[in-house]
Amino acid sequence: MDKFTQEAGSLIVDRLILAIQENKQYLSDIDGAIGDGDHGINMNKGFTLCREALDKQPGDFTYGLKTLGKILMMKIGGSMGPLYGKFFLSIGKALDGVPEIGKEEFGAALNAALDAIHAISPAQVGDKTLMDVLIPAQEAYNGAAGASFAEALDAMDAAALKGRDSTVDMVAKLGRSSRLGERSRGVMDAGSASCYLILHTMADTIKELLGA
Amino acid sequence: MQKIINDPSCVVDEMLQGYVKAHKDLVSTTENERVLKYKACPVEGKVGIVTGGGSGHKPAFIGYIGKNMCDAVAIGELFSSPPAQMFYDAIHEADAGKGVAILYGNYAGDNMNVAMAMEMAEEDGIKVAKVVANDDVPSSPKETREKRRGVAGEILMWKVGGAKAAMGGSLEEVIATAQKAIDNTRSMGVGLSPCTIPEVGHPNFTIEPGYMEVGIGHHGEPGIEVAKLETAEQIAKRMCDVVLPDLPFCAGDEVVVLVSGLGSTPLLEQYIFYDEVEKILTEKGIKIHQALVGNYFTSLEMAGITLTVMKLDDELKECFDLECNSMGLTQYPK
Repeated sequence: MDKFTQEAGSLIVDRLILAIQENKQYLSDIDGAIGDGDHGINMNKGFTLCREALDKQPGDFTYGLKTLGKILMMKIGGSMGPLYGKFFLSIGKALDGVPEIGKEEFGAALNAALDAIHAISPAQVGDKTLMDVLIPAQEAYNGAAGASFAEALDAMDAAALKGRDSTVDMVAKLGRSSRLGERSRGVMDAGSASCYLILHTMADTIKELLGA
Repeated sequence: MQKIINDPSCVVDEMLQGYVKAHKDLVSTTENERVLKYKACPVEGKVGIVTGGGSGHKPAFIGYIGKNMCDAVAIGELFSSPPAQMFYDAIHEADAGKGVAILYGNYAGDNMNVAMAMEMAEEDGIKVAKVVANDDVPSSPKETREKRRGVAGEILMWKVGGAKAAMGGSLEEVIATAQKAIDNTRSMGVGLSPCTIPEVGHPNFTIEPGYMEVGIGHHGEPGIEVAKLETAEQIAKRMCDVVLPDLPFCAGDEVVVLVSGLGSTPLLEQYIFYDEVEKILTEKGIKIHQALVGNYFTSLEMAGITLTVMKLDDELKECFDLECNSMGLTQYPK
């Protein structure tokens, strides 16, 4: 099987929420080194609001993604609200009405999400932000020509992890930690940590749905 | 954690409840519990003034809601930009049909959320425009001034922009005047001790006893150097040496000086510091039109001080002198 259905895909949103809830403290601790230390708190707040909304009104994969995206964008401020809000909303919109999601559909949705983020953020690879995870992950996924859906997800996952770890040795150029200059080196970017967590959870859960 | 609070995760909401009760003569609540507005807002025939930002900077931002000041304010979590929805709702509250000026500080989150809110408001047919304050000199070199963050200079931008709107200015005029205000304004801070976000529970950075962080941001963003704590005279000189040449402020200029404590620095120290600043400016032939000294833009319980100087021209002076009434700033008719 190389596709999953909208109905089955709701598990991905459930797992994303769980992953953020379970890693609330971990994300705040990373953020605390060069940021406010509230990244985990804010992410958890948004994802938990989404859990409550989905418990009241459950739905399929794209419904869940759009609910998550809207809540993050409208209710969670900071930079992460709009960035992740656009990310999930764009994936949800791109896959809306697609009954079965395969490698091509997911790739197109990922590209739409990146386009949406580029439209609101000037961040590029090397700026020590979540884009250090997202951009290489997208490239790895798109570059996995001839590979199966599961293999492309593995490539995305591996690139995301590498991207996350690459932020440790970077000097922040955007966002609040950019004011630290050299002093931001040696610490992982909190946004890249949550971004890896999200992509990794997506890849893992999709593979589970594919039976891979 | 030495704090007078209830639930650490509810400090913003509980603060707002108290604020609204205490200042019911000035502000009212709106449908969005994170948007407060001036009681008389929307003011007919006037461009609306909206601002917003993270909480923890009292009196900023809600303290500058009032007559001839800000009309509606979006209120974020501690040190975290309000989401787009709040800015959008604030724009709607402030709109009296003449357009809305969004005057806020340069932070990545605020930039994104304001941009989305403006896009949504435009779709509703509301005329919107923005000015992004970037008065904090140490946060970026002069060549990349657009990267500097907005700090206490925002208050002068609201004062002047609010006055221009009250005088009947069009949206374009309000924006141009507010932009001129911030273009003529430079700021800098020093921090002596950190602050604690209640929900985080520990200080967000450290400053060793006997030291100060020069050029600190008002969320504790580290500055340009950590130096041995100096006397008020030396600190004033150090800050003037950074702030004054940047515009530059020259002999013959007329200025407004705003000295703000960062939270736990007593007014006593702030006045000692102001005295030193006044001596330096006077010696340089810079005339102080009016001084503001107090806790105008804070950073929770951080110890430290900020210095802001705005160069006046006839228009800025007229706008600055216009009477206004808000919890954070009151200007009596001259």
